[in-house]
Amino acid sequence: MKVGVVTFPGTLDDRDAARAATHAGTTAVSLWHNDADLKSVDAVILPGGFSYGDYLRCGAISRFAPVMEKIIDAANGGMPLLGICNGFQVLCEAHLLPGALTRNHELHFLCRDQKLEITNNQTAWTSSYKVGQEIVIPLKNGEGSFQCDDATLAALEGEGRIVARYVGENPNGSRNKIAGITNERGNVVGLMPHPEHAIDPLTGPTADGLAFFTSVLNAMVK
Amino acid sequence: MAKIVVDVMLKPEILDPQGVAVSAALPRLGFTFAKSVRQGKRFEIEVDGEPTPAQLAEVEKAAEKLLANPVIETFTVRVEK
Repeated sequence: MKVGVVTFPGTLDDRDAARAATHAGTTAVSLWHNDADLKSVDAVILPGGFSYGDYLRCGAISRFAPVMEKIIDAANGGMPLLGICNGFQVLCEAHLLPGALTRNHELHFLCRDQKLEITNNQTAWTSSYKVGQEIVIPLKNGEGSFQCDDATLAALEGEGRIVARYVGENPNGSRNKIAGITNERGNVVGLMPHPEHAIDPLTGPTADGLAFFTSVLNAMVK
Repeated sequence: MAKIVVDVMLKPEILDPQGVAVSAALPRLGFTFAKSVRQGKRFEIEVDGEPTPAQLAEVEKAAEKLLANPVIETFTVRVEK
């Protein structure tokens, strides 16, 4: 199974995302923002970083990169797509996921290990977790506060589309402590913290993040 | 020369931490006039000659698609002499 990892100018975490995909037993394929085809990958990860310098709004310019046109089409057709951090911001800007990520409520850039609760294991990226499972993975962003209108929030809650929530104090002012959400179909997931940095206790705080990448393998094999 | 100005603001219900920080800094400098501060973005767009209604309509579209994120922001388009 091939998992594409997109590099935009300013992307930081593409190598860790590719490493995580490899570690999970899939084949990582590099995709460049200017690519016009997806090299027949089965799933795509939009990794973290500061694509286009976060100019205008985080993810606003990346959303119109040539590779995104293909990714949006493929995701609308059911291809698993995971956006991590900046990738989550891109997914919201592309309207593949509702809402938007705004400046952390205390204005600080946060970089720490964060406890999360997995609240939906029916998505392509979370099937290897149990609902209610607590995991610790790094959180590192300046604009991670998930915001949406009341109707959208009610729909996300009502349809069980919140994939993960922050445990303990709300780190960034996200509505209902939302750390990650999914689309109606469950193939597109956006997550603010970084599972790709926690796949191996040698290089991360835990290996709790690895199951995101094994989940997608299971989703494809099924 | 006339220019097209697009002002983008966060919707009132969206928390604006930058505005809050500015609002907290003002009284520290002795400026006590502000009840609250909201921070936004301003785009100045030059075109050849006077902006035409067709150009302004295009700018509206561009603002909707790129310059603002309608999920969290509102915008206005106007011509400034």
